Amino acid sequence: MKKALGIIGIFLAIFVFASLYGENFLSGINMMQLSQRTALYSILALGAALVIVTGGIDLSIGSVVCLAGIMTPWLLVEHEWSPWAVIPTVLALSAAIGLCHGLLITRLRLQPFLVTLCGLLLYRGIARWMTGDQTQGFMGEFDGVRKIATGRIAIPGVENFLLPATVIPAAILVAVIGLFYARTVWGRWLLATGRNESAARYSGIPTAWLITLSYVACSLLAGFGGMLFIFDISSAQPSDFGNFYELYAIAAAVLGGCSLRGGEISVIGVVVGAATLQVLRTTIILVGLSSQLEFAVIGAVLLIGVAADELVRRFIARRLERQGASARA
Amino acid sequence: MQAERPVLLRVRGVGRRYAGVTALAGIDADVRGGEVLAIVGENGAGKSTLLKILSGVVQPSEGDLQVAGVSGGAGTGVLETVALDGVRGATKAGIALVHQELNLAENLDVAGSIFLGREPSRLGWLDRARMHAEARAWLARVGLDIDPGTLCGALPIAQRQLVEIAKALSTESRVLILDEPTSSLTARETERLLAIMDELRRAGVAVVFVSHHLDEVMHIADRVIVLRDGRKTGELARGEYDRAMIERLMVGRDIAPAARRGVAPGAAVRLAVDGLVSAHRRRTPVSFSVRAGEIVGLAGLVGAGRTEVLEAIAGVTAHGGRVRLDGVPLSGDASERVRRGVAIVPEDRARNGLFLENPVAMNMSLAWIDRSSRARLVDGRGEATLVDRMVARMQLRPAQPGRRVQTLSGGNQQKSVIGRWLAVDPAVLLLDEPTRGVDVGARAEIHAEVRRLADAGSAVLFASSELEEVLLLADRVIVMHEGAVAGEIAAHEATEIAIMRLATGGVASEAPRAGP
Repeated sequence: MKKALGIIGIFLAIFVFASLYGENFLSGINMMQLSQRTALYSILALGAALVIVTGGIDLSIGSVVCLAGIMTPWLLVEHEWSPWAVIPTVLALSAAIGLCHGLLITRLRLQPFLVTLCGLLLYRGIARWMTGDQTQGFMGEFDGVRKIATGRIAIPGVENFLLPATVIPAAILVAVIGLFYARTVWGRWLLATGRNESAARYSGIPTAWLITLSYVACSLLAGFGGMLFIFDISSAQPSDFGNFYELYAIAAAVLGGCSLRGGEISVIGVVVGAATLQVLRTTIILVGLSSQLEFAVIGAVLLIGVAADELVRRFIARRLERQGASARA
Repeated sequence: MQAERPVLLRVRGVGRRYAGVTALAGIDADVRGGEVLAIVGENGAGKSTLLKILSGVVQPSEGDLQVAGVSGGAGTGVLETVALDGVRGATKAGIALVHQELNLAENLDVAGSIFLGREPSRLGWLDRARMHAEARAWLARVGLDIDPGTLCGALPIAQRQLVEIAKALSTESRVLILDEPTSSLTARETERLLAIMDELRRAGVAVVFVSHHLDEVMHIADRVIVLRDGRKTGELARGEYDRAMIERLMVGRDIAPAARRGVAPGAAVRLAVDGLVSAHRRRTPVSFSVRAGEIVGLAGLVGAGRTEVLEAIAGVTAHGGRVRLDGVPLSGDASERVRRGVAIVPEDRARNGLFLENPVAMNMSLAWIDRSSRARLVDGRGEATLVDRMVARMQLRPAQPGRRVQTLSGGNQQKSVIGRWLAVDPAVLLLDEPTRGVDVGARAEIHAEVRRLADAGSAVLFASSELEEVLLLADRVIVMHEGAVAGEIAAHEATEIAIMRLATGGVASEAPRAGP
C-alpha cells in the first residue's frame, strides 16, 4: 500500500487537472468509458506485474491479445463453433503460450526479454496468417456472450453512470492476486524468488515451477483480456489489434510500484497505474491537445513518475544506510 | 623505536553519530609508517565506521584527522588537519582502502582494474603496453606473478585480493587499510598475505587492518586497538598482551571454552552418503555418514570439494550416487529435500542465503511459513510470534524484526540464515563456512545453537577453512583432498597438524602455521 501512495498522488493530480480543464471529463459517459478501459487494461497490467515480480518481462502481451482476440470471432463466425467451446479453447491456448515461455525461460535458461520478443512477432504473425489478414468481427451476432464486456450494471441511487461489466472480473482478479501475494506461501515465495532467485533456490523454494506459473498466468490474463477487448469493440484487424498493449501493461505495472528488478508488487498500485494512463489519454483529447501527442505525453509522464520514484527510493535508502551504519559500526 | 616511525595519520577525538545513535566516540590513534596496526572488536563495536572515516567514505561528526605532509610533499612530515572528502580525497592524501567485499569488475582484466579511471593514454588512445608493464611492476610488489591480461573474474579470491592491494599501492598510497583481508582466504593464502603485509611494513607503508582472527593479529600486528561499543577499550603494543587479554577487552568478559560433547555410541545413522559424485571437477565418488546427534566437520583446502559435497547433498546441484536420510533415499532438487528436512546454510550468504532488501522477519520465517501453512495460507499471527522467538533465540542485535537484513552486521546476517532453518528443526543441517566474517561473540552463540540442534538428535555436517573452528565444533573430522575423502579423524585425536597432513595429500613437509 505504501508503494502505491506515489501513483495515487499522480493519479489524483491528473484527475483534478482534467476535471478543471477538460470539457465533459466528469460526465457519466466519459466516466463509464474510463472505467471500462481501466478495467480492461488492468487485467493486462496485472498479468504483466505477475511476471515483473519474478524479475522477468513479457513483451508478447499485445500479440497474445491480438491472437486470442482475433481467434474468438474467427472460430465463432467463420468456423461456427459454439461459444462454450471457443472460450475454453482460446483461454487454454493462451495458457499454453505462457507455459512455453515459462519452460523456455526456466528450463532452457533463455532470457525473458528474448523469449517474449520472439513471441511478440510470432503470435501476431500467426493471427494475420490464420485470418488471411482480414478484419474479424461478430457480424452483429453473439450479443449474449459479448455482454461479459459490453454489459452495463445500474447502481441503485446513481444516475448517469452504469458500471461496466468488465469491472467485475477485474475486481475479482485484484482481490485474488492481492491475497495470493499477501497471504499464500506461494505468493511469499514468488516475492522471495524475484528478490534473489539463487537464495530462493538454496532455501528450497521451487523457483522454476513458480516462475513458469507466473508466465502462464500472465499469458492467460492477456488472452482473457484480448477476448474482452474484442467483445467490447466487436471487430478488429489482425494487423493492428493489440499493438503496444504490452507497453501500456508494463507501464502501468511500473507506475504502480513494481520494480523491474523484481520482488515487489502493489496490486492496487497496478490498477491505479492503468487508470492513470487511461485518464491521461482522455485528458489529452479533452483539453484539446493533438492526439498525435498521446504517446509523447504518456512517455513523459512515465519518465517523470519513475524518476520521482527512484529519487524517493534513494532518499529512503540513504536514510536507512545511515541507520544501518550506526547498527553495524 | 616508535620515534623512528613517522606518524602518517593522526586521529584525534574522532566520533560519529547516526541519527542520535553514537556509533563511535572519542577515538585517538596514530597510524605510523612502517607499522602494522590491527583494529579488533566484535561486530557492532565500531570498526567499520572507523575504517570508513579513515578512508574518507564517512565524515566524522566530531574530532579531526591529521595527515602528514599534504601540502608540502610527503617528506615534510608536518601533520595538517584535513577533511577527507570522499574516497578521491583520501586517495589524494595517500590513503587507500581495500574492501571486505572485493570490488573488482569481473569482466575487466587485471591491468585494466588496477588503472581503472586513470588509464595511461597517448593522444587519447589507451596505451596498453605501458599499462601492462606498469601493472606487472605493481603486481610484483605483492608477489603476484600473473599475466596482467587475465580477467579478474577468472582469478581465485586470494589473487583478487592481492590485485586490489596492488591497485591501492599504485595510487602512491602510504596508508593501506584492509577490511578483514583474510576472511575468505585459506591458511596458506593468509600466510602469504601476512608476509606481504610484512614487506610493505618494511617499505615504510602504514598498514591498518581489521580482523576477527586473533592468531593472525598476534602474529603480525605491532599494535592492536580494541574497540567495544564504539569506544577504544585498549591499545596494546606487541609483547604487552596475550589472547585472553584481547578477548576480555573485546567482549568485556571471559569466553569459556565449550565442553566437549559425546555422541551416544549406538546412535542411528541419519545421513548416509554413498558413492556421491558431486560437481567437483575430479568426479571422485565420496562416501561417509553422519549419525543422529553428531557434528561432523569437513576440512580441507579451498577447492578440495567440500562446498560441492554439501551442495550436492542439499540438492542445489545435481549429483551421482546415493544420499539417504534415515535410510530413505533423497531425490529431486532442493525444494523436495528441504521438505524432507535437509537444510543448507550456504557459503556466500549475500548471494545464496539472504534476501538483503527484505526485513529480518521475512528472511527468518521463509521456511517456517511453508511448514505451518494451512491450505497454503500463511499464518500471519503465528509468523510474528515465531520471528520474535527466533530473534531472541539467535540473540540478534539489534532485535528488530522489521529491520532490513542489509543493514545488519555479518554475524547477525548469518544468524538470520541459520535461524531460518533452526525454526523448522531440520533433520540434517549443512553449514558451509558457518562463521565466516563473524565476530568472536556471535561465533560462540552460533556454535552453541548448532550444538543444541545436534543434542536434539539432528545430524550436522559443516565445512570450514578454519582449523580452529573445525577442532572446536566437530565431533569427528572428515578431511577432503582433491575431491576425495582423504581420511577421518575422531575429535579427541584431531590436531591441526594431522588435519593439514591429510588435506595436503599426506605430504606434511610444510608444517602449517597454528590457526587459520
